[in-house]
Amino acid sequence: MTLPLPWPFDREYMQLALASGVAVGACAPLIGTFLVQKRLALMGDGIGHMAFAGVAAGLVTGVSPLWMALLVAVAGAVTIEWLRLRKRASGDLALAAFFYTGIAAGVVLTGLAGSLNSGVLTYLFGSVLTVSPEDALSICVLGVCILAVVAVTWRALFAVAMDEEAARVAGLPVDALSLGLAALTAVTVVAAMRVVGVLLVAALMVLPVGSAQRLARSFRATLRWAVAIGLGSVVVGLAVARAASLAPGGTIVLIASATFTVTAALDVGRRVAAPHGH
Amino acid sequence: MQVSSGVTGGARPDPLRMEAVGFAYGRHGVLDNVSLHVGPGEFVALTGPNGSGKSTLLRVALGLTPPERGSVRLFGEPPDRLDERWRVGYVPQRAVIVDQLPATVEEVVASGCVARRGWARRPSDKDQHRVDRALAVVALADRRRTPIVELSGGQQQRVFIARALASDPELLVLDEPIAGVDVESQDRFRDALVTRCRDDGVAVLLVSHELGAVADDLDRLIVLRGGTVVFDGPPAGLVDIGVSLGVHRHDLPVWLEGPG
Repeated sequence: MTLPLPWPFDREYMQLALASGVAVGACAPLIGTFLVQKRLALMGDGIGHMAFAGVAAGLVTGVSPLWMALLVAVAGAVTIEWLRLRKRASGDLALAAFFYTGIAAGVVLTGLAGSLNSGVLTYLFGSVLTVSPEDALSICVLGVCILAVVAVTWRALFAVAMDEEAARVAGLPVDALSLGLAALTAVTVVAAMRVVGVLLVAALMVLPVGSAQRLARSFRATLRWAVAIGLGSVVVGLAVARAASLAPGGTIVLIASATFTVTAALDVGRRVAAPHGH
Repeated sequence: MQVSSGVTGGARPDPLRMEAVGFAYGRHGVLDNVSLHVGPGEFVALTGPNGSGKSTLLRVALGLTPPERGSVRLFGEPPDRLDERWRVGYVPQRAVIVDQLPATVEEVVASGCVARRGWARRPSDKDQHRVDRALAVVALADRRRTPIVELSGGQQQRVFIARALASDPELLVLDEPIAGVDVESQDRFRDALVTRCRDDGVAVLLVSHELGAVADDLDRLIVLRGGTVVFDGPPAGLVDIGVSLGVHRHDLPVWLEGPG
């Protein structure tokens, strides 16, 4: 089914790419805003590498790579966060351990898969132009779930991200909220995998947030700006990729990266022009 | 040494009561047989030299760390079984690194209401009223839409006090809240605490090196040294052991840092 959309979204494959991209472009920066606040900006990267192991395992065993990746990523993310909460490991060390284990397991499993290597590449670098209607639907369903959960919990997630200890004293279920955020991160990573690839998932979670922080004057506005920039990067990135025959995942992230550079420059310029004293 | 009896009348349990609490990190003892309480509406300061166990005591009192010996009760309940955690307001030391916190003053203060109303619920008019009142108490109502990064250090500290006040707590615990804060903010801060204590009956436990700003308003002073309580009584009682707080405010730190 092809909808009557203008160029560059006049073809079915572009429309499926747009639907998947919009879901991911909204969710990744939304979750990323809380991660950045918790100083866990690279969480998405670590989880991406675990998702990669899940993809490889799915290809070897013949189970759907998307759902296998979801299983492995959620389990890994929750374990990392649990270790961090129990103070068994610092956040970055736990991330590193899982990061390397994930990528190593992925490489070994890919070797087992043999001729299926090309399938792995679509997840490593993204292949949004070949997304099937079923995958697009799965990605959109995951996206709607993420949006719904964040819409209900964002105030509590903000309180925890800002000050975990005070939130604990106040009686917020800090452990449950933190594990929930880790699980949401994993879901986002898996949803974003086909769009920008596991290697660039974290970029879409972090770069729009960095831009948003420089434009917004409140947390609520930061969330809105981050989502808007994420969506803009996806739409513009897909259009540019089609027009110039570029790799869409990389193009989307380069647009987000350019936006970050421009907002940073504007912000620096503003600070130089009007320094505020304390 | 003067030790308060800690007996309170009526059915209201003490907001905080610690009995014979002991705690050690490995073989290094930090707290030894510490008993203290903060009664309803009492304004109590806890002081002591660096390494005297203040921070550990605070963590144990708030239920962030379980004690190895002895018991802790918040409003008569063990900390982990107190359902109404909003009754405790907490202002952590150096609360948050705010240089990257993209939030307004009001958003930070409102985050103090989330636990009380239930984390999945939307804020009600009552919550808004609590936030307004907390902002008014710390005299920052006119800065509510300002990003917190644009405030001075002292103003930021007042925001975090307002966040703790936003749940309408019955016990307010503050960890070194006036360290490095400008004089105007110190005065605002004292006014806020005294108002809450005297007018609303909120009990206050203030952990601080610098008692100058609040010395005249304290009901009781607890001095911790080497993990034990060496003084617990009205600040005037320090005179009996040859230390003055009111006139020669520097005497206390000198005494604290001196040889045991």
